[in-house]
Amino acid sequence: MKTLWFHLMPYTELPDDFRENNHSVWVDIDSKLFDPERAHHMYNDFIDELEYAAEVGFDGVCVNEHHSNGYGLMPSPNLIGSALARGTSDTAILILGNSLGLYNPPLRVAEEMAMIDCISGGRMIAGFPIGTPMDTCFAYGQNPSMLRQRYLEAHDVIMRAWQEDEVFSFNGRFNQLRYVNIWPRPIQKPHPPIWIPGGGANETLSWCAENDYVFCALSYFGYDSAKGVLGAYKHALDEAGKDQNPFRSGYLQFVGVAESRAEAERIYREPAEYFYERCLHLYPGFTDAPGYRTESTIRRQLEAAGPGGGVGALGTMKAPKLKDIVDRGYLVLGDPDEVATRLREIAKDLNIGNLMTLLQFGNMDKDTTKYNTRLFAERVMPQIADLFEDDWENRWWPTPMESAARTVPQAVAG
Amino acid sequence: MSDQEERSVEVNGHPCRVWEKGSGEPLGVLPGIGGAPRWTPFMETLSAERRVIVPSLPGFPGALGHDILDSHLDWMVATHELLMGAGLEGADLVGASVGGAIAADAVAIWPTIARRLVLISPYGLYDEHDMGIDPFAVRPPDIGQCLSANAEAYGSVFGVPEDEDRVDWLVTLSRAQEAAARILWPLGDTRLEKRLCRIGVPTLLLWGDRDQIIPRSYADRFAAGINADTRIETIPGAGHLADIDEPAATAAAILKFLD
Repeated sequence: MKTLWFHLMPYTELPDDFRENNHSVWVDIDSKLFDPERAHHMYNDFIDELEYAAEVGFDGVCVNEHHSNGYGLMPSPNLIGSALARGTSDTAILILGNSLGLYNPPLRVAEEMAMIDCISGGRMIAGFPIGTPMDTCFAYGQNPSMLRQRYLEAHDVIMRAWQEDEVFSFNGRFNQLRYVNIWPRPIQKPHPPIWIPGGGANETLSWCAENDYVFCALSYFGYDSAKGVLGAYKHALDEAGKDQNPFRSGYLQFVGVAESRAEAERIYREPAEYFYERCLHLYPGFTDAPGYRTESTIRRQLEAAGPGGGVGALGTMKAPKLKDIVDRGYLVLGDPDEVATRLREIAKDLNIGNLMTLLQFGNMDKDTTKYNTRLFAERVMPQIADLFEDDWENRWWPTPMESAARTVPQAVAG
Repeated sequence: MSDQEERSVEVNGHPCRVWEKGSGEPLGVLPGIGGAPRWTPFMETLSAERRVIVPSLPGFPGALGHDILDSHLDWMVATHELLMGAGLEGADLVGASVGGAIAADAVAIWPTIARRLVLISPYGLYDEHDMGIDPFAVRPPDIGQCLSANAEAYGSVFGVPEDEDRVDWLVTLSRAQEAAARILWPLGDTRLEKRLCRIGVPTLLLWGDRDQIIPRSYADRFAAGINADTRIETIPGAGHLADIDEPAATAAAILKFLD
């Protein structure tokens, strides 16, 4: 099994009364709460933490895109990805990813990802999310009724731009390009691995299966939340006539490891409660936009759950305390053996070959993050790394240049 | 009371429902946000005096095909086909909210398509110093309180009927919201300002005095831009959907104007 270290890059100094006195952590969060000089430290700590994860042996490091968001300080994950391409040497770099519908022309994504692939020597995984309503429709003003159509067309432009040998023209509904000819071009052929994070719209699951892409179930609500989505993905794979190779799927999990469970509870209580109380304090009106969810998703959710549905639960949930966060499985917490046992169960049950761990969350400081990361790498990873490796071929992992053929950046060489 | 005739006009290969009731000179009605899932008391009152024709724009209840309309030009060409197919060329035309933005633009682009125009809290313009509530950032069930000042009247139009499938009904309403967003996202500004001066027919501007979505100041901007006689009237007690909140008063103002 591949284990990746995922950073959301949360602003770690939201005030204690954030939930009481602010409308939303996302979209219209108070800009006066952002201190750029504190962010200087946060960004550099966060990049250090990602590089540390690479150093202690994680298979991949992972960054993602959010806008106007108090728990995600990466409007451009490509900027961090390019820093990681220089600051790491063998780890896969998962950009999960660029919200394709936002970029006009989407060639910008093809170019920047090709740059990261070149700088890293072919270590990049390209993630293509549609993006949340908060990011795409409200913060970036995209029309929710056209977002999916734009996304799919952008995907087509990028995939052709990466693969076609000749200059070509593209005449789409939203993009008209007379000369498509990106420089640079990705090292990995025919293209970098494609991973699709999503909430599980029926159309996305089928599209992933048909295109032979990895689907990643990203939620902050653990196993119970992912089970339905990944079950639906299994079904979509069957429908598309694809095998149930676990490396086709990814899953995100908060994890807190310490020498004992009591110690873990002591260390991770504050950052976990900070995350669920402040970082998920979201105005429900921003959690959906007319046309964002597909009609079949709306129908399925109405049939299953009654009025509302969608990601709206995010905005209306009461902030849980540590006991509930752990009991509900949002956070897997404990000593290394306990954590490894639970993660093995989850991975087998969900049939996921790619585990994305959140070992920094909320306002966790750098020392604690490194402790959690090191303990996981040394004592948990060896207990889960063998999963699926002998039984399945992983065709969705980067194929970099040979180490000997790659240059060593000065920063890494020291 | 729902004994209106129903037919269909094909627009881009998709059927669009057209309701009709009454006799006399034709009077077109383009409904507002949410469209017309039911024949409304407003339509019924008008139909006592005029031949009321209510076409559904693509994506609004009774009509499909919004998801192939990618630009404002696409929407306006579809509107033209619908109005012509509904037999509304040269008729008096009422447009509410999103339907108001479309009706105003139709007259700006094809000046003889309507004889007179009635706009009920129309979208289409934008003033960054005077913005109403963004209805697209409000989820059900709160959306009703935003659009309407009369919960009972709103519920009687948009509430799930006993003899309808709940999920089908809610999917229809959700599709109507999407179609409106497809036209208006994110600011409600269809760039109508550039074409407003091409409207050369007498125009009545109606505003609910409790409209939270489009401030009353927009009525003055419409009146200043339109190149013909305009009259502004407010409907007491009505929200953004004045024709739904106060059907009698809204219909009376329109019939008086068209008399």
